[in-house]
Amino acid sequence: MVTTAEPVTKLVEAFNKLPGIGPKSAQRLTYYLLSRPGEEAKALAEAILALKEKTRLCSVCFYITDCDPCRICQDRERDHSKICVVERPSDIPPLERTGKYNGVYHVLHGPISPAQGIGPGELKAKEFLSRLQDGSVTEVILATNPNLEGETTAMYLRRMILPLGIRITRLARGLPFGADLEYADDMTLSQALEDRQEF
Amino acid sequence: MGAPRSYQTQAIIIKQTKLGEVDKILTIYTPEFGKLKAVAKGVCRPGSKLGGNVELLTHSLLMLARGRNLDIVTQSQTIDGFLVLKSDLWRMACGLYVLELIDSFTLENSGNHPLFDLLLDTLQRLCQGDDSETVLRYFELHLLDYLGYRPQLHRCVGCNSPIKPVVNFFSSSQGGILCSHCGQKEPDSRPLSVGALKILRLWQSFDYATARRVKVRSELRSELEQVMPGYIKYLLQREVKSIAWLRELRKESIVDNNCGRN
Ligand SMILES: [Zn+2]
Ligand SMILES: [Zn+2]
Repeated sequence: MVTTAEPVTKLVEAFNKLPGIGPKSAQRLTYYLLSRPGEEAKALAEAILALKEKTRLCSVCFYITDCDPCRICQDRERDHSKICVVERPSDIPPLERTGKYNGVYHVLHGPISPAQGIGPGELKAKEFLSRLQDGSVTEVILATNPNLEGETTAMYLRRMILPLGIRITRLARGLPFGADLEYADDMTLSQALEDRQEF
Repeated sequence: MGAPRSYQTQAIIIKQTKLGEVDKILTIYTPEFGKLKAVAKGVCRPGSKLGGNVELLTHSLLMLARGRNLDIVTQSQTIDGFLVLKSDLWRMACGLYVLELIDSFTLENSGNHPLFDLLLDTLQRLCQGDDSETVLRYFELHLLDYLGYRPQLHRCVGCNSPIKPVVNFFSSSQGGILCSHCGQKEPDSRPLSVGALKILRLWQSFDYATARRVKVRSELRSELEQVMPGYIKYLLQREVKSIAWLRELRKESIVDNNCGRN
């Protein structure tokens, strides 16, 4: 029986656990690294270690950060009276890239997901509502995903914020760029109509 | 001649799990084949032609191609997106609870037309703004009926004597009513008032049009809210996950028994 060196098998297994990486790709990545100079592998290993060792969640907005509060929460140039609520840390970079938003954020770390038994108590929802208590926040922008779980989350937060009299907005929903009207589903079309704008 | 390579069916989307970056595995409930799993390719990409047609809580017409493992959705069209239900926090929670029960109690590839109709009717009733507790309890009782778990509500499941109009008991493990005598000896049973038993019987034996006309007094509501879910928990040997969300909304008084909107 032909055996593979243990370090090789171990790395293949580790890669294989990553999302979207099957056994073939895991092998390819492993042999690729084997063929590269030692520094490259070392740099990769260090980057992976630093990811867990040197990051934590911002104590204000729960974004992933290497300093606390995070750079966004510390930034005095930003408008702290606006909070944009997102499901995941990975939702922030694309919003930042638009360059259209100068407020701060709050990361819930997931949507409310009844089918998985995840309610507001499992998310950073209470922490978000407590940020609204001192009256300094004037607008909340709900940027949850346009699916049932995101909708549920947005509707729930709305119900909780409503008594505070804070302006609540949400990202416009509707037809994505490049979409075909003919193939749009009812929900998307009806939302696109509701959220129509002056032109 | 082999089976045709593609087929068309009505379906209600009852569950979704992500598959890779942009695909999803759908669990759908159909009239002819019962529960099925199928792949919706590229559905997470903006502009996907399947998009909202295969979102949870949607009644769609699907074209499926037979795949080696799972069938693949090739075309889709929404018949009813239950939009009123999706615009209301409480009703959406009710809808998700209904889906989870269907998923938990059914097996793949066993068609059940009456059950499909019950599911579809239930979602439509939630949209129409019918009393949501009546809709849910009616659904639970008839779901159990179709699956062979009809609770016995007329004779004592312990001693077979007719039930008297006093406080009796409901036993999940024995699947029905225990008389006041037998119930006291059975520690797992819960007391059931005369009024609650009457309503359960009525919901069980009459059609929905009759069932919905019965006004349920508020003190009976909480009692009825416990009995059927308790029996369901016993049958599944676990808690239905989305019931926690219904309880949370009830606790926050986000319960809407009137019309769908707001
Ligand atoms: Zn922060
Ligand atoms: Zn008895």
